[in-house]
Amino acid sequence: MNLSESVAIAERLSASSKQCLGVRGLTKYFGDFPANVDVTLSVDQGEIHALLGENGAGKSTLVKMIYGILKPDVGSMELNSCPYTPDTPSDAKHAGVGMVFQHFAVFDALTVLDNIALGLDGRLPDVALADEITAVCERYRLHLELNRRVYDLSAGERQRVEIIRALMQDPRLLILDEPTSVLTPQETEQLFTTLDRLSDEGRSIIYISHKLDEVRALCDRATLMRAGHVVDVVDPRQESTRSLGEKMIGERLNETKRTKLPATEKLKARLTVRVGEVYPESSRSAVLRDIYLSVAPGSILGISGVSGNGQDTLFDVLSGELTLPNPDSLVLDGEPIAHLGIEQRRRRRLLGAPENRLGHAAVPDLTLWENVILTARQTRGILKNEHLISGTAAKAFAQEVIETFDVRTTSVNAKASSLSGGNLQKFLIGRELLGQPQVFIVSNPTWGVDAKAQLFIHQMLMDIADQGASIILLSQDIDELLSVTDRICAICHGRLSRTFATEDMTPEHLGALMLGQEIEA
Amino acid sequence: MMFVEPRAVTRWYHEWLAVLVALILTLLTASVLLAAIGLDPLSSLHRIFIKPLNSVYGISELLAKATPLITIGVALALGFRAGVWNIGAEGQLVMGGLCGGAVALAFWGIDGFWVMPLVLLGGTVGGLLWGAIPAFLKVRFNANEILVSLMLTYVAILLLSVMVHGPLRDPDGFNFPESRLFHDAATLPKLFSAGRGHLGFVFAIAFAIVGTWVVKRWHLGFEMRVTGLSASAAKFAGYSRDRTVWMALLIGGAISGFAGVVEVTGNIGQLVPTISPSYGFTAIIVAFLARLHPLAVIPAGLLVALSYLAGEAAQLSLGVPAASTQVFQGLLLFFLLGTSLFVNYRVRLGRVA
Repeated sequence: MNLSESVAIAERLSASSKQCLGVRGLTKYFGDFPANVDVTLSVDQGEIHALLGENGAGKSTLVKMIYGILKPDVGSMELNSCPYTPDTPSDAKHAGVGMVFQHFAVFDALTVLDNIALGLDGRLPDVALADEITAVCERYRLHLELNRRVYDLSAGERQRVEIIRALMQDPRLLILDEPTSVLTPQETEQLFTTLDRLSDEGRSIIYISHKLDEVRALCDRATLMRAGHVVDVVDPRQESTRSLGEKMIGERLNETKRTKLPATEKLKARLTVRVGEVYPESSRSAVLRDIYLSVAPGSILGISGVSGNGQDTLFDVLSGELTLPNPDSLVLDGEPIAHLGIEQRRRRRLLGAPENRLGHAAVPDLTLWENVILTARQTRGILKNEHLISGTAAKAFAQEVIETFDVRTTSVNAKASSLSGGNLQKFLIGRELLGQPQVFIVSNPTWGVDAKAQLFIHQMLMDIADQGASIILLSQDIDELLSVTDRICAICHGRLSRTFATEDMTPEHLGALMLGQEIEA
Repeated sequence: MMFVEPRAVTRWYHEWLAVLVALILTLLTASVLLAAIGLDPLSSLHRIFIKPLNSVYGISELLAKATPLITIGVALALGFRAGVWNIGAEGQLVMGGLCGGAVALAFWGIDGFWVMPLVLLGGTVGGLLWGAIPAFLKVRFNANEILVSLMLTYVAILLLSVMVHGPLRDPDGFNFPESRLFHDAATLPKLFSAGRGHLGFVFAIAFAIVGTWVVKRWHLGFEMRVTGLSASAAKFAGYSRDRTVWMALLIGGAISGFAGVVEVTGNIGQLVPTISPSYGFTAIIVAFLARLHPLAVIPAGLLVALSYLAGEAAQLSLGVPAASTQVFQGLLLFFLLGTSLFVNYRVRLGRVA
């Protein structure tokens, strides 16, 4: 250990003696549901403190109370040794607490400067403000052009708008809710640099995430939450990703495994896609250009990419929601199918599970057994004589999905909207898998799904691949892609990169592909 | 402060509780209105809502009025579930009456068991074609079916007027704008010795039962419902939006047309310039009063039919204007829409959560 390191550690120790935020005995009920019970949290000055937990563990409720959006039923808070009871987010801002939300509250049609001015009380987007913002940007190495309109910005740049807006208030405590969920690895690294700098200045950060690797790399301490309770406070650097995950979930995780490796190269391609140009139905999606891909039986092809680069259109083209005039654009087992609609492709056992669960894969207001009819009506006699629905058959099918795939719900009569994200996803993927897909197309299957369900879903995908199905996995989650797939490529601005074997792929290389490097226009 | 927030749990009876509360509020407001013009609310309400039902004649009249309301209410309930807003059932009814009536007049004086079915078929096809116009324009040009079907209603009413003033006018009718009276083979039988209740009511009940079956068991009904609930889920399921639009408007048009021909052959007995006191519009209230359940359309249709009788009774025995019918119906729809908010939301007092 050299001198400068010891000095840095000593500084940290002295800083950590002073508490920035103290939360004691915070309890919040929604009706009968305990969202937070007797929660205690302590964040020191200059500390990056992780809040870890599965979806529904109570992280968001806790930070909403700290930011004045919710009011606790019981309990007290202290900020810089003073009692702190924010009634509104505006109180919280004045007390020196800033927050960057997971979903950005920015106006697409306005410039960066206008957006930042709108977040500040009584400031006009004038030259003086622009100078102040530029100063903040330089100080924290946040690169942004103030005159660009927000609709032109990437997710990472939009996040920077939010962060700068929060920093303009000179906060002592900054809360970030799952900030890296939309970022590429490179953008994530830039964010971490900024956060380190903020922490060096003595500002405290509450970092909400369920990405355990990041928390281990970035955070000084982690408070783990489960079912509304704080279960542990740990030093994430002393823990392995696995032990953190187990503490978060409360039980041991089984690792996913493939039983046999597919001999991808030897077998003929089952599905081949050759698409020149596809214009999406909504102008907000990217135009697909020159898509060439193929997937073999028993193999999983991953398509990575930052959201909004044409994945939704590609999914529609593959699933059959969007048909193409030239039948040969898609060839399934030698048969041209690009002109066939989604139901005709289902009969050829090309099945899919779209990203958006409620409102696309399922109707929120319908029961589970009714949602079965949407895609599985041609199996198990659910539809008799093409016209009559057999409620009994549909309920039996739904029950089988629930039992086979360990879906936690009250009954087949539960509404789809009443299930948690993970359970609904298990149900929806299970609904397709019981139809024994030959080709399965799945988009962001574990988005917003807790760690345990995530492993379960990955295992489901690997199992059907081992049984000979071909899978195309569109995902933004790099860890997922690297752990599940056999081959991998990236989509950027509607164009596909080359395909690589997953074992030769590094996160950095994949990140570069996702940003469109190596893709020839 | 008061806040409205979504309910965590909704129970099946919330829907019907909302209907009940709407009915009570309608009666209360009607009482206030009656008191305001110097009438005793209780005895007046008795006179206008109970007394008309005290005789076979009264019941028969009620069924006659309920017949088109129930028939069209079922068709609209199916279409509204699909999110296809056919506001022009009135026009489809008029076209059904006109076409069916024209068939009846074409076979005037000819007896045969086949005349009546042919007349009913003529009316059904007339309504179906009138419903096909907004369907085509919606599918082909994405024209709003609310506006198109509504405007076509006025076209249909004027067309009927032209026909009874011109080609279909009774040659021996002293130039009155009326057709000949239909002969017996083209007239639906009456149900009772008194009043105007006719066989059409039995058809209406049959429609409600078939409609329930379509909603519960028929894949088409499910398809339409999914399309209404979520367009993109319907697309993923492989259901075509165009098909739903066509089906909703063709079914709506055909059944409304059937209601129209039943009305002229069962009730009026000839073509006149006005064959419907806005049954096609009132059936929208009926469909929503029944919360789009085809079987519940029966009691809802009877209730709204009673509001017509009540309006007439109010006019005759209390001397209030004929517009009182619309006042009753308007109050009912107003409170129904108001209370339906509380099926999925509840009011909370206190601070922002």
